[in-house]
Amino acid sequence: MARSANITWEREQSCLRLMGDWLCTTLGKLPATLDKLSFPRHTSFMVDASSIEKLDTAGAWMMHRYFSQLKAFNYSFEVQGLNPTHQLLLDRIEAQSSHIRVPEHPQSPPLLPFIGREFVQKVLHFLEFHSFIGLALATFKQWFKPKNIQWNSILKMIEETGCKALPIIGLLSFLIGIVLAYQMGLQLRDYSANAYIVDFSGLAILREFGPLITAIIVAGRTGSAFTAQIGIMKINEEIDALRTFGLSPVERLVLPRIFGLLVAIPLLTVWADAFGIMGCMFMANHMLDISYMDFLKRFQEVVPLKTYTLGLIKTPVFAVLIAQVGCFQGFQVAYSADSVGSQTTRSVVQSIFLIIITDAFFSVLYSWQGL
Amino acid sequence: MIPVKINHLSFSRNSHVVFNDVNISIDPGKVTAIMGPSGTGKTTLLRLIGAQLRPDAGQILVGDQDIHRLSQKELYLARRKMGMLFQNAALFTNLSVFENVAFPLREHTQLSESMIRRIVLMKLQAVGLRGARDLMPSELSGGMSRRVALARAIALDPQLIMYDEPFTGQDPISMAVLVKLIKDLNTILGITSVIVSHDVPETSSISDYIYLISDGKVAGKGSPAEVSVDSSPEVKQFMHGLPDGVVPFHYPAKDYREDILS
Ligand SMILES: Nc1ncnc2c1ncn2[C@@H]1O[C@H](COP(=O)(O)OP(=O)(O)O)[C@@H](O)[C@H]1O
Ligand SMILES: [Mg+2]
Repeated sequence: MARSANITWEREQSCLRLMGDWLCTTLGKLPATLDKLSFPRHTSFMVDASSIEKLDTAGAWMMHRYFSQLKAFNYSFEVQGLNPTHQLLLDRIEAQSSHIRVPEHPQSPPLLPFIGREFVQKVLHFLEFHSFIGLALATFKQWFKPKNIQWNSILKMIEETGCKALPIIGLLSFLIGIVLAYQMGLQLRDYSANAYIVDFSGLAILREFGPLITAIIVAGRTGSAFTAQIGIMKINEEIDALRTFGLSPVERLVLPRIFGLLVAIPLLTVWADAFGIMGCMFMANHMLDISYMDFLKRFQEVVPLKTYTLGLIKTPVFAVLIAQVGCFQGFQVAYSADSVGSQTTRSVVQSIFLIIITDAFFSVLYSWQGL
Repeated sequence: MIPVKINHLSFSRNSHVVFNDVNISIDPGKVTAIMGPSGTGKTTLLRLIGAQLRPDAGQILVGDQDIHRLSQKELYLARRKMGMLFQNAALFTNLSVFENVAFPLREHTQLSESMIRRIVLMKLQAVGLRGARDLMPSELSGGMSRRVALARAIALDPQLIMYDEPFTGQDPISMAVLVKLIKDLNTILGITSVIVSHDVPETSSISDYIYLISDGKVAGKGSPAEVSVDSSPEVKQFMHGLPDGVVPFHYPAKDYREDILS
């Protein structure tokens, strides 16, 4: 058991006694003790270090600094009883510290340059993202020859990002359907307009919630995975290895992901639409006494095909966004594990941000066109 | 059998000058060693030759092509002639040992499956890991990974091969095997070989020519015999492993005490 470092002034013997273990882990309260310590000025005294049992670099450093302070205040003293090995350490510290000045206090960076730098960085980042999209497009040319297309990778991506996401997307869409129908049902019941639940849920789920929920879940589930996969490949130099084999990492890693998502997201959206509507049906039946058959019959009558297609049109755009952001952030990973984490977070935040902006853009566009 | 010529190469990382007007000439069909203390930029040099990095000034000729002036497509073609053994092996972690070695063959040849199998097993035999073919990269030790990476690098019988510290982490037996393998590949197939290393005796034993890089410049060059008796202080210090001398042990840093106090 290590004892904590301590120091006391013994007036009778005119002696400063150092005790305990002077170790990194036991120094803890010593600086405070040193500050409080007081003894008469202009006395010469003895420093008794014989009770120190253990000493490490931090302890020796502390001791050295304290002794230098005492010397600076013109105290004269003599150190006694220091264990020879400890003395060696102390000498070494003294030798190392002989050639320097204390550095100036670091100033906190001023606000204006900070804002400027952040701004420039954001702009550069934005430009880089665009050049990355350009690179992907340019690389896509190679796939004009069908024999170059990486069917295997694309199919694997579809399985990974599409098939395996079916349960979660189905469940969440169903629940969203329930929540939505419940809220609308409360209002409609007051006006005895129960049947309109079908119109509203059709519109809301098919046009907005289906595509949006799918895109957001995929961004969180798959976009982040893209970033982490590519980032780790980069750290592991696998990307460099691909290059040395004369293969383009963008073609091998980015294009299959884009095309995989281009297939998976629209299909997942159809799936989400179906489950969302089922959720609404369930709630309508429960709360508003609309039977499943009645719901479906009215659904056919009042929800036009256009609602469905306008929702689906958005999904390929979401797919490209998620894949591009995910892969781009993966390539941005610097050579550390920390960076994988931060880029993954960034990838998810940015894709969701862009998805919502795009969705708003589509809404404006549709209303403009009177759709 | 392609030569590499590096003319007036300068390169900096941030503000740190890694190379300052370096000239190196790598003869075709020879084993050339690039040696130097760690952190002098040996890996960086290989990355520059492989055009994964761009020099600030100067040019690098691989064969007769300026590797940094090639179009994307020409560059990818040029890289197929080069093999590179990475310092961290850089195996594809989602592929087994066998598939890693088969990867370049599948990508760049139309060989039948049985032919690919035979070539891969041959290459794995050469590095002594035929029995490990079904393992995944995560199941290999550092030294084993590097040997698999070597098998992968030579799968296509490249005309130029660059080894980044092939001997690090090898036990004495595999070290001897590797040394012989690198020499054999060079003499039998005539592959131009560049070895980056700081294992002085092993590297000296197989190289035809040695460049010693220190502090961004070529500090010494010559055949192993010439370099080992070179009288310049940097070369002497490095070749004979003396702790004190003109080559500093420390990476450039601000004052020690200032660092500790701040
Ligand atoms: N990605 C990087 N970013 C910034 N500096 C780097 C990077 N990689 C290497 N360096 C620096 O470049 C110098 C040369 O590194 P390297 O070529 O790996 O040395 P070595 O000769 O040991 O292979 C070192 O000083 C290192 O700190
Ligand atoms: Mg290196």
